[in-house]
Amino acid sequence: MINPQLFQLICFYAFATVTVASALAVITLRNSVHAVLALVLTFFSSACIWLLAEAEFLAIALIVVYVGAVMVLFLFVVMMLDIDQEKMREGFVKFLPVGLIVALVMLGEMLVLIGVRAMHARVLGPNPATEAGLSNTAWLGHALYTDYLLPFEIAALILTVGVVAAVALTLRHRGGVRYQTASQQVAVKASDRVRIVKMDADTNYGRTPAPAASEESK
Amino acid sequence: MGDQILNQLVWPIVHILAIVLPLVLAVAMFVYWERKIIGWMHVRMGPNKIGPLGLLQAFADVVKLLIKEVILPTNANRFLYYLAPLLALVPALAAWSVIPFGTKMVLANVNAGLLYLLAMTSLGVYGIILAGWASNSRYALLGAMRSAAQVISYELAMGLCLVCVLVLAGSLNLTDIVMAQSGSKGIGEWFMWPLLPVFVIYFISGVAETNRAPFDVAEGESEIVAGFHVEYSGSAFALFFLAEYANMILVSFLASILFMGGWLSPFPESWGWIGHGSFFWLFAKAFAFAFLFLWFRASFPRYRYDQIMRLGWKVFIPITIVWVLVAGCLKYYGWVTIGTGV
Repeated sequence: MINPQLFQLICFYAFATVTVASALAVITLRNSVHAVLALVLTFFSSACIWLLAEAEFLAIALIVVYVGAVMVLFLFVVMMLDIDQEKMREGFVKFLPVGLIVALVMLGEMLVLIGVRAMHARVLGPNPATEAGLSNTAWLGHALYTDYLLPFEIAALILTVGVVAAVALTLRHRGGVRYQTASQQVAVKASDRVRIVKMDADTNYGRTPAPAASEESK
Repeated sequence: MGDQILNQLVWPIVHILAIVLPLVLAVAMFVYWERKIIGWMHVRMGPNKIGPLGLLQAFADVVKLLIKEVILPTNANRFLYYLAPLLALVPALAAWSVIPFGTKMVLANVNAGLLYLLAMTSLGVYGIILAGWASNSRYALLGAMRSAAQVISYELAMGLCLVCVLVLAGSLNLTDIVMAQSGSKGIGEWFMWPLLPVFVIYFISGVAETNRAPFDVAEGESEIVAGFHVEYSGSAFALFFLAEYANMILVSFLASILFMGGWLSPFPESWGWIGHGSFFWLFAKAFAFAFLFLWFRASFPRYRYDQIMRLGWKVFIPITIVWVLVAGCLKYYGWVTIGTGV
């Protein structure tokens, strides 16, 4: 019917086109929420490309971590911002030359790098996961937790330090803030709040009028 | 040529329809069942007018929603406003592709099935956020913000629960996870026993993740009218409704598959026919969990927002992190043995 390799190639170019187009949209769209959504699409189509390359763990981790969590928070922040669109576009001409220079330098550096890499280009070996007869996720797990355990743990430590640092930098104890302590709330008993009073039932109510009341009724 | 088209195109579509159509029907009956259950718990009758025992009530509601006008609020973002219900529904339906109903009864037997499920459930929140933002309404935006923060917080606890399961099962494949819970002792082999705290946390996080009572602050009708979908009417609202209920049923199925042995029978295999696995067992377990959703809704008052955050971050996440270590020890010292499957 259709050549599988040809189909894969078509898919690759389709996903790559979407990735590049949405990446362009991120920097050209005027509405910042739309730009964030374009970034989400960029991540999503990069994940599709990785799936084509049989790197399923990376692809799904990209979606879970970046699309599912980081971008949601990002969207959260962007939606709360009150951005003045006119002010944003004000300095465009002024900053254009600087921007162009930076872009050109980056382009030159990339081209040099690509040239150096191409000179001693090695053909990639066969997929180590398929060679070992494992799925991509299982192979990656084995590699990370055996050969690369120390770098992996160091990366985890650096991330933890980053989290602690971010909390330490932004945490400010303001005075006069009222808050509840959950354990105190839970520990409250009914006897702390309500007093149960034992009373005799008024058995005479509605039958024979009490002597005091009969005086008034006259 | 004809065979290829049949094999590559027609059969997959037939299989997909064989899952999605009963799912949509199940959502309709679930809504009816919810109204009945809550009615009984309130000492009312629930819907009883349309059809025998009120069974056709859900279908009458669907027809009513479909023939109503979809109203676009003033200055709303037209494209995102119409896209949002689809973004909520598509992941809710796509997640079903890896759910195994029996030994060979699965649409896509993916190796990274659990990761795929995590990805799909985390995508659903975009529908809610975009609906809230695109509606150009304060109530809707507030609902979307609450929902985003809540879903992300509980996703962490949920992810750590899944880590415990996959540490024990040693696989991300859902069929393998179910087969790892098979063995001669029936119910005693299920992961719910070694992972009991995680099992409870998983289901509660699932309730929070689907924005259901008592965690339904995203809708909070007494505070922000109906939250993120307050501006939606007609069929667009129906899509949100469908996505929410499909997600509830999905969480019920996942809790049964991950912790209660999926389609496996609770009785030992040596007991004859009653000990054999069948998708009826899976449906019975999922039905029990789905009933819990309704029971919670009828029983518990809504959590306050800071209480939700406290529960997620300060209670659930520490417990699950500790239990990941416990699960590792259980596995390493061989205290939990897993079945290898048929």
